[in-house]
Amino acid sequence: MFDYRFQWRVVWKHWPELLEAALLTLQITVLSVVFGLMIGMVLSVWRKSDNKILYWFTATWVALARNTPALLQIYLAFFGLGALGIHFSPYTAVLAAITFNNAGYLAEILRGGMDSISPSQRGAALGLGMKPLQMYVYVIFPQVLKAVFLPITNQIVWAMLGTSLGMIIGLQELTGMTTFLQSQTFRPFEFYLAAAVIYLIVCETILIFARLVAWRAFRW
Amino acid sequence: MIKIEGVRKSFGALEVLKGIDLTVERGEVLCLIGGSGSGKSTLLMCINALEGIDAGRVEVDGIDVHAPQTEKNKLRQKMGIVFQQFNAFPHLTARDNVALAPRRVLGQNKVETLELAEHHLAHVGLGDKLDHFPSELSGGQQQRLAIARALAMKPDYMLLDEVTSALDPELVGEVLDTLRLLAEEGITMIAVTHEIPFAREVADRVAFFHQGVIHEVGPAKSLISNPQMERTQEFLGKIL
Repeated sequence: MFDYRFQWRVVWKHWPELLEAALLTLQITVLSVVFGLMIGMVLSVWRKSDNKILYWFTATWVALARNTPALLQIYLAFFGLGALGIHFSPYTAVLAAITFNNAGYLAEILRGGMDSISPSQRGAALGLGMKPLQMYVYVIFPQVLKAVFLPITNQIVWAMLGTSLGMIIGLQELTGMTTFLQSQTFRPFEFYLAAAVIYLIVCETILIFARLVAWRAFRW
Repeated sequence: MIKIEGVRKSFGALEVLKGIDLTVERGEVLCLIGGSGSGKSTLLMCINALEGIDAGRVEVDGIDVHAPQTEKNKLRQKMGIVFQQFNAFPHLTARDNVALAPRRVLGQNKVETLELAEHHLAHVGLGDKLDHFPSELSGGQQQRLAIARALAMKPDYMLLDEVTSALDPELVGEVLDTLRLLAEEGITMIAVTHEIPFAREVADRVAFFHQGVIHEVGPAKSLISNPQMERTQEFLGKIL
């Protein structure tokens, strides 16, 4: 039963498609983390707001993002909003859903980070005449991002793996493309193994890049 | 001029300020002394609106500090504050710590603010630490950095909240020297302090706090050498 003969030539033949799909995966990952981080920062500040509407908006976002399957969130973005007449392409729907998901998780990670910053840093910033927005941008978040750098890299990995759900609505990211190619060539083992290796490489590349950024930005 | 009238402030059930009246003239150095929890630091935070008040009025140059329409960030620009715990921004070098607010709050250009920072750091004796991060500075150096940072905004008033209390004894002197320098330059200062000899030497007036009330206020030398109220005598007797 172990006389399976690997045929790598067919994978190699489709290398350009796999590369293109991997770049799509990378692109959605990076964009969803960047947008998710920006939204997450706003949510983490609103979460601490005295304004009840902002507080509940944030609490609801975080609860929905974290407590429902990412797959469901993609379906809702694609079919759900589609039923309401808002038609997203598979690409936009996946990006929107993963960003929504990321923002919820990142808001909580950032909130934890904010609690680790001494409250007197706020007093120092406000005491210099800063407005609250300036305080967050120039004083609080630079410190928070260092404090939660590791959990954020975790979230980046999670986001990248989550993009594979895009295949379910026909997006040809790495998993979608791999599934398509193996169905054409009847070499599932080779193609999925190749995809696994590509995921690993993309992931490690992102993490090395993130560490480089951190090394540059967090020299203090 | 800072005018404080009937200020009351509670944290929950605890009333920390029980009706404070105080006036500080331009160019004056006023020291607030008294035991822990007597309300001195809270009063300082109420002067620049880092804390709200429950009753009374604080006026700075005729502006009602706690009025809802007062732009608190504008008001704070002319009142530098320095804290017990230094509060240097850990992610910025000494130079960037000082340059940040002039650049982002006052909108001065970058080169100008970096030069300004170098000038103020040199002024407090940190001219050779421009590129150091706070973690590379001693407590005394961090506190002088905080003073330089406040001065770079060219404030009319300086609020100093026990700025030497968190320092090792051998580092207190360098910070007090910096404050002496400011006093000589005529900056209006309100300083919460436990350094009684310093208060006697530098302050024009001293106010003695006890349990949220000012028991005695008067010229520094006579109040410290010859306190009139029993509470003041008791307090000074204990710490001198």
